[in-house]
Amino acid sequence: MRSSRWTIAFGAATFLAAGPHSAHAADSVVIGDIDDMSGVYADVEGAAGADVINMAIADFGGTVLGRKIVVMTADHQNKPDIGASKFREWADQDGLNLLLGGSNTGVNIAMAKVAAAKKVPFIVIGAGGASLTNEDCTAYSVHYVYDTTALANGTATAMVNAGNKTWFYVTADYAFGTQLQNAASKVVETHGGKNVGAVRVPLGAADFSSFLLQAQASGAQVLGLANAGTDFSNSLKAANEFGITRTMKPAALLAFITDIHSLGLKTAQGLVLTTAWYWDLNDETRAFAKRFFAKENRQPTMDQAGVYSATLTYLRAVKTAGTTDGDKVMAQLKKDKINDMFTRGGYIRADGAMIHDMYVMQVKTPQESKYPWDYYKVIRKMSGEEAFGPVTGLCPLAPK
Amino acid sequence: MSTVLGIPVPVILGQLTLGLVNGSFYALLSLGLAVIFGLMGVVNFAHGAFYTLGAFAALLGLQYLGINYWVALLLAPLAVGLLGVLVERLLLRHLYGLDPLYGLLLTFGLALIVQGSLHQVFGASGQSYPVPESLSGVLNLHFMYLPLYRAWVILASVVVCFSTWFVIERTPLGATLRAATENAPLLQAFGVNVPLLVAATYGGGVALAALAGVLASPVVLVNSHMGTELVIVVFAVVVIGGMGSILGAIVSGLVLGVVEGFTKVIYPEASNIVVFVIMALVLVLRPAGLFGRE
Repeated sequence: MRSSRWTIAFGAATFLAAGPHSAHAADSVVIGDIDDMSGVYADVEGAAGADVINMAIADFGGTVLGRKIVVMTADHQNKPDIGASKFREWADQDGLNLLLGGSNTGVNIAMAKVAAAKKVPFIVIGAGGASLTNEDCTAYSVHYVYDTTALANGTATAMVNAGNKTWFYVTADYAFGTQLQNAASKVVETHGGKNVGAVRVPLGAADFSSFLLQAQASGAQVLGLANAGTDFSNSLKAANEFGITRTMKPAALLAFITDIHSLGLKTAQGLVLTTAWYWDLNDETRAFAKRFFAKENRQPTMDQAGVYSATLTYLRAVKTAGTTDGDKVMAQLKKDKINDMFTRGGYIRADGAMIHDMYVMQVKTPQESKYPWDYYKVIRKMSGEEAFGPVTGLCPLAPK
Repeated sequence: MSTVLGIPVPVILGQLTLGLVNGSFYALLSLGLAVIFGLMGVVNFAHGAFYTLGAFAALLGLQYLGINYWVALLLAPLAVGLLGVLVERLLLRHLYGLDPLYGLLLTFGLALIVQGSLHQVFGASGQSYPVPESLSGVLNLHFMYLPLYRAWVILASVVVCFSTWFVIERTPLGATLRAATENAPLLQAFGVNVPLLVAATYGGGVALAALAGVLASPVVLVNSHMGTELVIVVFAVVVIGGMGSILGAIVSGLVLGVVEGFTKVIYPEASNIVVFVIMALVLVLRPAGLFGRE
């Protein structure tokens, strides 16, 4: 008896956990957002990103082609299988028209395969791995905000040209970290620098001091941090505490404004990093940031600005093409120029990379910072072509 | 430079020191778990959540009430310990005499609630807790520079761990506590307030977790996830030391910190699993743990 009661209880729990099932009517346009909503990357885009998607839809007027626009969100918990199966479920049962992919390269690579199978346009926002427009590219993928190539071209080039020639990397031990380290290594070598070594650190390590001492023992000039989120913040914090930043220059290969805010300027000052967008660039970015701040009580990251722009870009393409058919919308997306508060003159290349300006930034000192969230100064603006580099030929859609 | 197994001696000494720092946290946390399991038979899955709460108590105390580090070191464990007493009185107490699985599920649920709530309010990116002024220097150990604060962590943890061990194993109070676990009704017949004793034990174990949280807050970013990963490693430490063995928890905490430290040099990719590999080996070869009684 007992066991059958357990079975019923578990069955009920599973049913409840599965959530309400809403098969959306064919008269709506369905946008999905699958992201890390509760883990280490949840502040980079996360729930606030979902709010931004709704903001973009409201700004667009709430309908397209006379159809209501509906948003669905899910937490992939940084697990590729969850991301991919959710995407498949929405495509099969809910008439999904567009998927916006949040953080985590591993999850996004898995979701790209679903996009190709289901012919649903898939815009990657938060993941960094450049493989998404190279060996993992699909005809339905767009990589919108930044990639590991652009990050390396920005930060590594600036650092090497400033005379910091020898590099040691502290790398997150998964797809994103290794792609970032490889991209940076290439840039360092091209500019006459030298890669001394690297240590691969499991994701979410509690303590970085041991790895940092190895970096210091290498005698390299630059501490290349090929990690992100909490890993990045904790490694930089420990590097300061152990006095490693006195002998080595830290290079943030990926840092978001939320990371800098967590660390504080005292720890982060002087850091060189690359970003697609910064809230305090011009009047348009400030206007968006003001709206965001009113709701979320913090400044938007480049991903949160990017997901706003991506949603509008997609809706405009649907409107122009007069259909939500995946192939036709993709063709339209690759024809359009993107001009909004996120970028000027951006365009989507044949391999899916959205080519747009990137900014090499330096974190201000506490004295230089005049008001809350006044964190970056622009060192250099890179054109999209320079940042993302020429097509590599690894993606069959864009032969060299 | 002299080397051992191809590793320079200064590197070995450096990793030994860092291993002891991490081991100090393991020891403090596994000690609390071992006390709670040893004396109450409760597998306290909420231990990581109480550790996180300790760190948040220190952080919020500093931000909103201007409570400095040294006072927080005392107040945060006290406050979180009291919360532990409440949890024991209101929830855990109803599960005594049932399968230990129920206590495990309850505390696991509590941990999820605490972590989720903190995430909801404070987000995922975490906040910095400044290193106290008086501990912000660096010690030159000749083979490495050790931040004064990390040296303090080792000292504080060793002192707290061995005092706890002493109280439980070598004092009349400890004898009473142990008697309560052996034969509660008999002890109650002697006029000892056993329910109070049990509540205080849980509160004390939880306070140890909170103390570890306060000690950790200047070292890592304070965020809702800080206890989640750690608590799993700490459970492995307790299993290796022998479930409920207090000395075992302390010694294996420190030793595993050092083992993990060396793994970070020899094969860094394995540094987050080495503790579990050792746990598997211990379970096969000596199921009661290194210090446990069969």
